[in-house]
Amino acid sequence: MVEHAAKVRHDFLRHDMNFPHVWCPGCGLGIVLGSLIRATSSLNIPQDDLVLASGIGCTGRMSAYVDFNTLHTTHGRALTFATGIKLAKPNLTVMTVMGDGDATAIGGNHFIHAARRNLNITAIIVNNMIYGMTGGQYSPTTPYGSKATTAPYGHVEQAFSIAELAVAAGASYVARGTVHHVPQLDGLIKGGIQKKGFSVIEIMSNCHTYYGRQNGLSDPVEYQKYFKKNAVSVKKAAEMSAAEMEGKFSIGVLADIEQPAYVEEYQHIRDNACKEMAEKGEKKGGDCAQERRDEM
Amino acid sequence: MLKRKSKSEYVMKKERYEMRFCGSGGQGVITAAVIFAEAAGVFGDYYVCQTQSYGPQSRGGSSKAEVIISTKEIDYPKVVKMDCFLAMNQTALDAFFSNFETDGLLIVDSTFVEQVPTSGAISLPFTEIARELGKEIVANIVALGAIGYLSGKVSMENLEKAVIARVPEKFRELNIEALHAGIELAKNVNVDNLSHSPSLDDIYGHTD
Amino acid sequence: MQSSSEDQSQKYLLQGNEAIVEGALAAGCRFFAGYPITPSSEIAEIMSRKLPTLGGTFIQMEDEIASMGAIVGASLAGAKSLTATSGPGFSLMQENLGYASMTEVPLVVVNVMRGGPSTGLPTSPSQADVMQARWGTHGDHAIIVLAVSSVADSYEITIQAFNLAEKYRTPVILLSDEIVGHTREVISLPPDQPVPIFNRIKPSVPPEWYLPYEDNSRGVPPMADIGSGYRHHVTGLMHDAKGFPNFSPGVTGGFLKRQYRKLANGADEIQMTKQFMLDDAEVAIITYGCVSRSAIRAVRMAREQGIKAGFLQLVTLWPFPKKAVDAVCRRCRAVLVPEMNMGQMVREVRAVNQNATLEQLNRFDGGFITPAILFRKLMSL
Repeated sequence: MVEHAAKVRHDFLRHDMNFPHVWCPGCGLGIVLGSLIRATSSLNIPQDDLVLASGIGCTGRMSAYVDFNTLHTTHGRALTFATGIKLAKPNLTVMTVMGDGDATAIGGNHFIHAARRNLNITAIIVNNMIYGMTGGQYSPTTPYGSKATTAPYGHVEQAFSIAELAVAAGASYVARGTVHHVPQLDGLIKGGIQKKGFSVIEIMSNCHTYYGRQNGLSDPVEYQKYFKKNAVSVKKAAEMSAAEMEGKFSIGVLADIEQPAYVEEYQHIRDNACKEMAEKGEKKGGDCAQERRDEM
Repeated sequence: MLKRKSKSEYVMKKERYEMRFCGSGGQGVITAAVIFAEAAGVFGDYYVCQTQSYGPQSRGGSSKAEVIISTKEIDYPKVVKMDCFLAMNQTALDAFFSNFETDGLLIVDSTFVEQVPTSGAISLPFTEIARELGKEIVANIVALGAIGYLSGKVSMENLEKAVIARVPEKFRELNIEALHAGIELAKNVNVDNLSHSPSLDDIYGHTD
Repeated sequence: MQSSSEDQSQKYLLQGNEAIVEGALAAGCRFFAGYPITPSSEIAEIMSRKLPTLGGTFIQMEDEIASMGAIVGASLAGAKSLTATSGPGFSLMQENLGYASMTEVPLVVVNVMRGGPSTGLPTSPSQADVMQARWGTHGDHAIIVLAVSSVADSYEITIQAFNLAEKYRTPVILLSDEIVGHTREVISLPPDQPVPIFNRIKPSVPPEWYLPYEDNSRGVPPMADIGSGYRHHVTGLMHDAKGFPNFSPGVTGGFLKRQYRKLANGADEIQMTKQFMLDDAEVAIITYGCVSRSAIRAVRMAREQGIKAGFLQLVTLWPFPKKAVDAVCRRCRAVLVPEMNMGQMVREVRAVNQNATLEQLNRFDGGFITPAILFRKLMSL
């Protein structure tokens, strides 16, 4: 087992000048990185066919550490770059890793539309309820009443529930895990990658440095206990009342549905377009832009 | 009556021929202009340039299309002095009449134009004819037939080819019928007998 | 599928926007991501119909930010990629355009200009984005910007735009405008003399030796497609030859210098201009885009009056074709720079030759600069 773990690390992490990583001691992102490489290695996909695109922020730095085809893109836009890659080379396994601010504030539009399109991409969203790299400002998932460096008197906005948002937007596979429930997390990521269509894995993670310090969870071990105490399985949560769920969140698979995915749908468009052209006796592609339309 | 150049002679010697088609959005003036340009430039051997302007609405509002036809490569793509002006309604006629060449051809749809700015105007009932054919929407093609015949810039054969190339197959027959109705309408007009639209010089003895 | 030489050339009446599509497809473009905006929308519409028949991909994204991100991703994965927009959308693309510049990703962005700022004048013509095209994204960066003036240009220069993007590993901006984009002219396709197509240079070394951002004599590192076995990291952070973040002054300074140097190396080929009656010209017009059409007519009108007028058309706006502009400024006693903006390129002309007698003529109300306006100005010089 230990030997196997060493081999996974050796094969899936870069050997270049990337370590030690940029994250604070005790940060949940290291656990997420571990889960990610265990999940991908277990699927026997050639590393040359794996793509990981990230955005900006602490989470955004994750892409530099894994030995895949990697992109560290602009803030909030990882999914847009991933869209281009997946559509240009559909044989590749394309994943993104984003933070809560990255995915649901600046990149919120891309997130819901990628889900709606049901693009064949796995989106891992690490939710630490705060902007870490910029110094602890409130994010779309900062809970009501919390403190942040831009909410010194307490936060008055309601938080997004990322996984529920993904379900509503039409993703095929939606799960939530935490950096405390690691074996489960490995499985959730694996399930997401295997799913045809858009999959979202929201991972509750700790930023004890910024969120924790301002909200009574400055110790990473205490933070882990917080996850342990407040995470409820999806099955159990379904039986609990709203009052009982107050301050808690569900973990597990929230949605796993079969529906047409974008890459396959677009192939139908190609087939139909070629068929239509052949029926009309028109030449494919270039050199005939005859438009039949009135006042445009 | 003022002395004037023969219109047909005028048409022949022009190296660059400038046309404007206007009407309300939905009257198909842009389509007519595009077909005319294709007849002259794709099926014929002229250099052509076709431009248009229209408001944000797809239907209603005024729309304007221009076609430049030349024996030489076209530099400036828009109308400087109109040699030929088709107006499908009064509003568009009034809005876009400026820079009409005094020796030019002014053709209006008498169905919607009551007041013409010059006695040299050719008023033809394009929309009425189209209604008789069963579909008002082909009024633009009736007009196209007339303007094609009167301008002398395209052969009727090329005009027909251009209509066939642009119009969806199920409306082909109707459109060809409309085109020929327009041509027949125009055959009754003697361009050289039309009175000439006077310039300020003609009236006041100085140029505008 | 490139049109082979056996294909019978045929005449078409195409809009400038349609010709851009034909040029892009001939250049090998197989990916388009965009967001609707007049006066560029025809480009997206026609791409949506044609690309799938060629095995390519069209996608309408949720906004222009996403469109730009998607074409960067597709190009990294090996597909020649295009997006098309107008001023407001172009503003939204700027951040990811900077990413493309930083990561040296070949792609073409078409901006069919309309009056601005903001929603401005939909859809009256304008040339007011020439500075946005050069300096729109933040930070120092090198970029190629081309401008088209006709349907024929829209076809040919689009192919050149892709060629330059591929050859120099750089985004290329293609500026059209409402007039050129919507003007229909006859064009024969495929052309009798097809424009040669250039494809990006792939690495010739094994993957373990590959350095995606290593300098060489041209300053253009070979580019491996994502998924071709050459795993590497692509980041918008300043990076070293391997592609990993590196902020040491030696690395960052050298990186930026190489960006500028690679385009300087190719200046002769990149800086395209066209000349009209310049050989014996005493007065000249220097301009670009749709105004070129009026300039040619105005020069002809002036010649008929015995004035020795000439015209220099800037096809490449950036890097600014200093040599060609300077030669005209030296030769002519007066130079007129008409633009459909408040005076943008004229600043560059002035910077190139401060001794020249320079006149600017600007129209920024959504109207076209007509030959008559230019002629009157020429006669007064």
